[in-house]
Amino acid sequence: MKVTFEINGAEKSVDVEPRTLVVDLIRTKLGMTGTHIGCDTSNCGACTVLLDGRPVKSCTLLAPMLEGKKVTTVEGLATGGKLDAIQVGFHEEHGLQCGFCTPGMMLVGKALIEANPHPTEDEIRWGISGNICRCTGYMNIVKAIQHAAAANAAENTAGVA
Amino acid sequence: MFPAAFDYIAPSALDEVLGLLNEHGDDAKVLAGGQSLIPLLKLRFAAPVVVIDIGGVDGLEGIRRENGHVRIGARTRHRDVESAVDLRGTLDVLLDAAPLISDPLIRNMGTVGGSICHADPAGDWGAVMLAVGAEFVVKSGSGERVLPAAGFFEGPFTTGLHANEVMTEIRIPVGAGRSGGTYLKLERKVGDFASVATAVHIVLGDDGRVATAGIGLCAVGAHSIKATAAEAALVGQEPTDAVIADAARLAGEAAEPKADIRGSAEYKRDVARVFVQRGLHTAVNRAQGAAA
Repeated sequence: MKVTFEINGAEKSVDVEPRTLVVDLIRTKLGMTGTHIGCDTSNCGACTVLLDGRPVKSCTLLAPMLEGKKVTTVEGLATGGKLDAIQVGFHEEHGLQCGFCTPGMMLVGKALIEANPHPTEDEIRWGISGNICRCTGYMNIVKAIQHAAAANAAENTAGVA
Repeated sequence: MFPAAFDYIAPSALDEVLGLLNEHGDDAKVLAGGQSLIPLLKLRFAAPVVVIDIGGVDGLEGIRRENGHVRIGARTRHRDVESAVDLRGTLDVLLDAAPLISDPLIRNMGTVGGSICHADPAGDWGAVMLAVGAEFVVKSGSGERVLPAAGFFEGPFTTGLHANEVMTEIRIPVGAGRSGGTYLKLERKVGDFASVATAVHIVLGDDGRVATAGIGLCAVGAHSIKATAAEAALVGQEPTDAVIADAARLAGEAAEPKADIRGSAEYKRDVARVFVQRGLHTAVNRAQGAAA
């Protein structure tokens, strides 16, 4: 069947079997391998993408459910060679070690600070509770999201001034 | 992992859904948020011939108050209950339960009606709906039925919903009187299914006595359990420590837990008792603090 959706701002129309999982569609059909397969059982969050702006687990979505929707993957974060604030945060605060969870963590972090521009540490930890990192102990991931929130706040203040 | 092959249909109107259910019956599965169904498809515990995606059907989402009820569209996401803060003071137990369901990403997709119809014995909404005395509106080609939550859950993943029916709405009565409730959940880690969870919801009359009491137990039996003897022990009584302790004891006795990696049967039964006791104290405090 044909499914038409937007991914990272570009419209795609693909032929898929209905049983295709979104994570497989993205990685195999579209060749975008930034979205990872970790547990494949809705637990780890490595496959996180944004669906109409909300983070969801793409291993637990069927491709036809994307019809008419907007998807953002980690490849869609940087625009015109400029890193998104969340990517800068992870870079500056060293919010990763092996990097496997990082695409999911960044997408969750980005959605979190868009919905709540000044999250507390508790709110950040709650927000990333569906994403597992087995390296960092989460400290620097929290700092990275705080860094991005602060950078966004500074930019907005500068815009007003 | 990926599912066995199926035909996928995404109707835009409820009538079309009902027609398809009539045609395919047990061969069809309704897909709402997919957070329970898709894992089952991937594990091939379920292999329907037809998957009917109701994601494009209008009128199945949202929370509104009408005619003494809070009405929740069956496809309303857990996340949207979590953020329905105006339910605080009326249906505390819903607001307390929603953020404890799985994790934030699952709550962004998973739906209230889907979870209820899936009827996992460890599903959170079942116990909550039993506690608040919800009714489920279900539709088929031959009309509409309104099923009380009490009696709806028949066994693991088994409900009173017929193969040609789809749930469209959850109705929760919110009458006069001061109400309070809460949901307490023991889980091994964030996002896990409950080891034990309990939902309580009480309404106090003008005389300070318990007018109605609802207690639902999660993950301590073959299905969500309504602790009716414990409820009856509260109604008409002043909610003293002794009355609450006695009701909690009866709730513990209503549990039918099985030992597994999450704990022994005795342990789970006692957690149910303790949680109902704590929950009732919270519920009473909230009700007493609430405006009439």
